[in-house]
Amino acid sequence: MSQRIVVDPVTRIEGHLRIEVEVDSNNVIKDAWSSMTMWRGIEVILKGRDPRDAGLITQRFCGVCTYVHYEASIMACEDAFGIKPPTNARIIRNLIHGAQYVYDHIMHFYHLHGLDWVDIVSALSADPEKAVAIARKYCDEPYNCSATHYAAVQKRLKKFVDSGRLGPFANAYWGNPSYKLPPEANLVITSHYLDALEVSKTGAQMMAIFGGKNPHPQSLVVGGVTCVMDMLEAERIGQYLYRLKDLQRFVETAYIPDVLLAASYYKDEGLAHVGAGVKNYLTYGGFWLDDDGKNMLFPRGVVKGGDLSRVIPLDENKITEEVAHSWYTGSDALHPYEGKTEPSYTGLDKNNNLKGEEKYSWSKAPRYDGMPCEVGPLARMIVGYASGDPAIKKLVDGTLQAAGLPATALFSTLGRTAARAIETKLVADQIEGWVMELVQNIKAGDTRTWTRCDVPESGQGRGMTEAPRGALGHWIRIKNKVIENYQAVVPSTWNGSPRDRAGQRGPYEEALVGTKIANLDQPLEILRTIHSFDPCMACAVHIIDPRSDKVRAFKVL
Amino acid sequence: MAKNKKSTGCSAVEQQYRDLMRRCKANLEHADRELPPARENFKETLAARGLSRRDFLKWTSLTTTALLLPPMFRPMVAKAAENFSRLPVVWLHFAECTGCSEALLRASYPNVDSILLETISLEYHETLMVCAGHQAEQCLEKAMHDFAGKFICVIEGALPTGLNGRYLTLGPKAKTGLEMAREVTAKAAATICIGSCSSFGNVQAAKPNPTDALGISDALGIKTVNIAGCPPNPANFVGTLLHFLLFGALPPLDALGRPLWAYGKRIHDFCERRPHYDAGEYVEEWGDEAAKKGWCLYKVGCKGPYTFANCSKVRYNDGISWPVMAGHGCIGCTEPAFWDSMAPLEKPVAEKTVLGEHTLDKIALGLVGVTAAGIAAHAIASAVKGQKPDYSDKK
Repeated sequence: MSQRIVVDPVTRIEGHLRIEVEVDSNNVIKDAWSSMTMWRGIEVILKGRDPRDAGLITQRFCGVCTYVHYEASIMACEDAFGIKPPTNARIIRNLIHGAQYVYDHIMHFYHLHGLDWVDIVSALSADPEKAVAIARKYCDEPYNCSATHYAAVQKRLKKFVDSGRLGPFANAYWGNPSYKLPPEANLVITSHYLDALEVSKTGAQMMAIFGGKNPHPQSLVVGGVTCVMDMLEAERIGQYLYRLKDLQRFVETAYIPDVLLAASYYKDEGLAHVGAGVKNYLTYGGFWLDDDGKNMLFPRGVVKGGDLSRVIPLDENKITEEVAHSWYTGSDALHPYEGKTEPSYTGLDKNNNLKGEEKYSWSKAPRYDGMPCEVGPLARMIVGYASGDPAIKKLVDGTLQAAGLPATALFSTLGRTAARAIETKLVADQIEGWVMELVQNIKAGDTRTWTRCDVPESGQGRGMTEAPRGALGHWIRIKNKVIENYQAVVPSTWNGSPRDRAGQRGPYEEALVGTKIANLDQPLEILRTIHSFDPCMACAVHIIDPRSDKVRAFKVL
Repeated sequence: MAKNKKSTGCSAVEQQYRDLMRRCKANLEHADRELPPARENFKETLAARGLSRRDFLKWTSLTTTALLLPPMFRPMVAKAAENFSRLPVVWLHFAECTGCSEALLRASYPNVDSILLETISLEYHETLMVCAGHQAEQCLEKAMHDFAGKFICVIEGALPTGLNGRYLTLGPKAKTGLEMAREVTAKAAATICIGSCSSFGNVQAAKPNPTDALGISDALGIKTVNIAGCPPNPANFVGTLLHFLLFGALPPLDALGRPLWAYGKRIHDFCERRPHYDAGEYVEEWGDEAAKKGWCLYKVGCKGPYTFANCSKVRYNDGISWPVMAGHGCIGCTEPAFWDSMAPLEKPVAEKTVLGEHTLDKIALGLVGVTAAGIAAHAIASAVKGQKPDYSDKK
């Protein structure tokens, strides 16, 4: 008999999201709905304001993906103003953005997503000596690896468990059969969960060196950057590089080996494509390597239907947003320049469930050429791989080989998680080169950080970049020197979108269909797949039984 | 105070501090009895993280003075720090961006503040907790039941009040943020608003405020402590909780609910670029020669003169920088309605009419009047709800 299960809120994400799914009698998900349950109306608030203020305002979309909206908004203005930032400013933006990628991905894997793969309670029964041996299988000198340290971590965890007050670890799904790691592997990754708290602070400091603070840095302006004093001080560059080394070491000796370690036990899920989803992948391209954006670290393009042999060049005009199933008025598929944001909330049905056939989310449904598309690390690695980008191809092949998996294993929840780790290494290894490029440019006598500009009487522009969570675009229209219309299409809107006019599911929804849930009281598999996208909105998950309409109550462990 | 004779002005202050000490001791004894036991031994944790007793002593001295307390309170601050992980905290998220939670996770290190935040007893926090859905709801209910009247409710995010609150729904029963906030704050010992969203509404409340978002105090009609900032400095949150642990009461506040010890002074007053302001040396446009020399950012829109906060003293991310150091200037994020009153952000406020025709100094003076006299304020005000210890000065 099929069941309806309610999980709300989905935790370890940013924001407020609700997902409902139907499961059949074999506990396999047959259908799913993704609903964002909060609207803040920032696009409406932007109208009538000075375009130069939009960057700092839109940065407040999100404090987890801090910086990225700031950059996208400033880029949209620069496009509308018809100017380009000087070389130094371009590089400094990459340095801030690069720091954001590395620490944010680390934090996502360990603090937001890792515990969908790792059973902390099981780590208590691990043999620390054996844990050392397991860690050394994936790295010659694993991060903070010794039997004494692992034993100390166990002791700390045990105190927590014995106190009966588990805090953030309370009431979770420990012992669920979908956890597949042996106790020693759980212990190794758990120990890095604790180390990663410190490491992500280091990354945040890197951002603050040129950004003024983290989260929400404050050193970008339309036309360039303001941190000219920091740029001209050798000591600042040294402080940045010193911290970069720490982060690189963590990526090399903890993050990558831990993902390989986990992959070796969850291999079957990758091979079975659990959580693959829509298999259309979209990137806007990110990290400008020259002043015109012709050469980018992440190539732009679209891969359709998981076809790795072909990359479709991105045509920006084919990006639209629909609101057929979203709590807004309108029925057309509109390009973001024409986009409207007029709320029309119709609520839940009488049983407090989403009206799946009608409007059911505050998220719009972005589509490319009418297709739902996944964005994010997996999309970047797949588009890069299919484009034949040598750096991306080498890293992807090398990592998958080490895990004993074919490239097609990328089309899965596990693949999404692995792709994030791979690109973390890719970015971390690029940053030092950018620093040297900056130093070289300053040495050559170029100390410019700003291109003089003023707000045009009217105009329009777009800023397209790659946030850690995926393709991010801001579209601005200016009239009488103020913002006339502003639309942002963010990664989690692409991934967490509801159905469109044609009834096509969004990527979260599609990725959940076909997944088997081991224990209906514990929606672990749903969380694992949803978290693999690194969602950035607050949410809730429902599992629906169309026949019995029974809401299954969760039991305390 | 008023009862004291004029000639004993000095001893009046001493008397005040003695009273304060009595309260503090009574509260610490009360806390020892009432709070759940510590999950971790704080001293062991410090040692494990390589912090010596000397480091800790140094930190307690700094914190004691930062909280505007005399040196005799240093041992009490140490005791409060040891109790930190015993104080149950329920953390709610409403209309916000999670930047404040992120800021706390990034508290500077190696530093006692960051260790305190790592050992904080979070009974409910959606961004960090492992369980979801019903299990998460159970955690919240359990905390509200087990620690009724004892836990601190920390709120991140504003409350949309439009659509009868339905711009934000949460949990299996799809309650509105408003409903949830009412239920939880009613059971809390005190409510701390972290960040400008819960304090004053912030970005979602900027004009035209399409969701009618309000800060918690305005939305619920309750008294809150407002750790303003977008995001605020983690040190201000730690200090406020320590104050609660010391006195069973939240610290003295300014008229806007901000703790005086952290928000009593203007950014401008401790700004490293202040001498350039006084000398009339200004950055005229981004990246100019003046910018390279670190001159004053007033003319490119710095709102430091109108903004009350300790950013210029504490800085961010292990003190590595802050916006003015990065050459941008302050945007006034600890002040109510700053997106409107401080806009456009790259122009001085004086050019605008929002604050009337006043000159810079007049505005500054007017604002200072609101929050002056921080040092003597300790015995006067405290925002307490459901406080149990007896603080009356039994003679």
